[in-house]
Amino acid sequence: MTSNCESCPANAQLAQMGIKLDKFDRVIALAGNPNTGKSTLFNSLTGLRQHTGNWPGKTVTRAEGGYAFNNVRYKLVDLPGTYSLLSASQDEEVARDFILFGRPDCTIVVVDATALERNLNLVLQVLEITDRVVVAVNLMDEARRKGLEVDTRSLARDLGVPAVPITARTGEGLPSLLAAVESVISGEMHTRPHRIEGTPEFQHAVAELAPLIEALAPGVPNPRWLAIRLLDGDARVERALSSGEIAQLVERQQQGDTQFSRRISLEGAQ
Amino acid sequence: MESLPTALSPEAMLARAATLRRGLSAGFRDETVRSIYTEAERIARRAVHTSGEKRWDLDQRIDRWITSPWLGLPLMALVLGTVFWLTITAANVPSQIIANALFWVEERASTLFDGIGIPWWVTGFIWHGVWRGLAWVISVMLPPMAIFFPLFTFFEDLGYLPRVAFNLDWLFKKAGAHGKQALTMTMGFGCNAAGVIATRVIDSPRERLIAILTNNFVPCNGRFPTLIMLATVFVAASFPAVYTSVIAAGAVLGVVLLGIVFTLGVSWVLSRTVLKGEASAFTLELPPYRSPNLPRIIYTSLIDRTVFVLWRAIQTAAPAGAAIWLLGNITLGGQSLAWHIADSLNPLGVAIGLDGVILLAYIIAIPANEIVVPTMMMMYMGMGLMTDIPGHAALRELLVGQHGWTLLTAVNLMLFSLLHNPCATTVMTIYKETRSARWATLSVVITLGLAFLVTFLTASFARLMGWV
Repeated sequence: MTSNCESCPANAQLAQMGIKLDKFDRVIALAGNPNTGKSTLFNSLTGLRQHTGNWPGKTVTRAEGGYAFNNVRYKLVDLPGTYSLLSASQDEEVARDFILFGRPDCTIVVVDATALERNLNLVLQVLEITDRVVVAVNLMDEARRKGLEVDTRSLARDLGVPAVPITARTGEGLPSLLAAVESVISGEMHTRPHRIEGTPEFQHAVAELAPLIEALAPGVPNPRWLAIRLLDGDARVERALSSGEIAQLVERQQQGDTQFSRRISLEGAQ
Repeated sequence: MESLPTALSPEAMLARAATLRRGLSAGFRDETVRSIYTEAERIARRAVHTSGEKRWDLDQRIDRWITSPWLGLPLMALVLGTVFWLTITAANVPSQIIANALFWVEERASTLFDGIGIPWWVTGFIWHGVWRGLAWVISVMLPPMAIFFPLFTFFEDLGYLPRVAFNLDWLFKKAGAHGKQALTMTMGFGCNAAGVIATRVIDSPRERLIAILTNNFVPCNGRFPTLIMLATVFVAASFPAVYTSVIAAGAVLGVVLLGIVFTLGVSWVLSRTVLKGEASAFTLELPPYRSPNLPRIIYTSLIDRTVFVLWRAIQTAAPAGAAIWLLGNITLGGQSLAWHIADSLNPLGVAIGLDGVILLAYIIAIPANEIVVPTMMMMYMGMGLMTDIPGHAALRELLVGQHGWTLLTAVNLMLFSLLHNPCATTVMTIYKETRSARWATLSVVITLGLAFLVTFLTASFARLMGWV
């Protein structure tokens, strides 16, 4: 699936770009539970200089940084650490709004190899929203110390997206991770994200609702997910739909010009 | 074949969504969440293999007991009870020794001052006012704190507190509050102001406000000495001496559990009235157990907590001691100011099973709850009735023999101490955290209102039954 070659030239092709972000080609979102080494990964990819501030209108800290890999410049947006995207805390709202409307080119979900089951909840929820996902299985060294073997191949097969073992602290596995991100974005790697099927009535309801949402906001990313959230009675999504906020976001993104849509994706379309 | 739907208005679409939602089985939402969990479990089981032994497993085995639905809460009560019992048993003697020493200094110093012709009011103000206030606070507070805090920190360091939150989670959820409120509540045992700040971990503003407004229902360490003293001197005194400490610990535990009941009850009411809404889901991480680090426990509990709290108490005790002495020695129409104020508060005090002096003590102690008992003692004594060195027996004699205290007074004082208004520091913290004078005021109204209501009811009931 991914090359696990630590000595290949890819290693030399990572360049930390810090806050020199005026020009970049791709936007990557970094999601994960708290205490999974997400920030460590962020720091080792971008270097110590980062751009930090608040998410618009929120008291949640936002950090951005850049790196270049194989001559492509990436902007990395660190999402708040959350356990889920379901409940309505500010952190979770920021994270899921960015993944859905910010339309990052790829989302890296960092998971803790020593507590995989708990961490997978978030991964599965991210997979419901977007199919461009790479799972970074972090803290592999700690897992080994605890006598845990994590089979990332089995994980990748079950999730339908690449899963790359890394140890962010030492930098182990980072080139493979970035290569996986690259191939997911280029489409070289075809992902088939795992999605919850649910009961027949549920599937039926989703199938009926999703086209309605698409008609209301043409070009909306992942109407299926919005439909599920509506069925769930998600007040935030209801508000966004009835106020026309979603249609607006979509419209803004469709105004052709790639540079502009890039900028929106980076502003997180709050 | 379905034709492509034409664009509905958002309202129509939301209505359609609502209809579809009703068509789904009632537990649909829980099912979605559960299916995510089952999937996560299945995938993780396939991907993770364990090789060799684990303390990991040991953790889980311990957790199965500690967080079990039927054993978790009794175990928590047992742990708390044991901590209280250890505190009460071990604090007695050092308290006595410290009190003896400090009051000996007072006596010597005032004799000395008198001997070299310093005016009586200077001696009185410094030694019988300021010094006595300090002596009381140190002797009443220091020993229980120096024992309680290390024990508490031990369990904190061990990783037991998150488990307590886990056990209480469903109760808080039922009350419409956030499960993390159990954590901020346990912080309140140390200091309610700290507990209020700790509510920052709760994301939902509604649930955070509930946690803030109810934090005061767990007695902070400033109120523990009051509870412990009352439990020992009154509640336990009617039982054979062998059981004294156990009964006293039981009484304190009872008050604490009652505090939790009030926390839940008030949360329930708030989440159905001014702060309507549903409890949000959250994931509580149970950290692995760590073997407690003794030097760190001693440092945190003694330096960060004991000394910090004691210093705060001393800062308020000295001016309070001075104020009490002035109130007791400035006379109006042959009676001291303290007597006049206490006298006018007396009808209200008696109605709730207390008396005017106790209420006055609470007013003086608004800056810090720690000094309630010392203030009371000084005022009772300042009324010229006792100059003996205090011990539990002497205390009993002073309160029961000379001021007509009954078991009702003690019980109601414990209740009042549990429920009454937050100290000034906590109210200020609430104001800062909520940026609203309204919520800060409400925190006082709720607690004080409940305190008067509950004590009034118990007093009336006891009188009706002819117990007092």
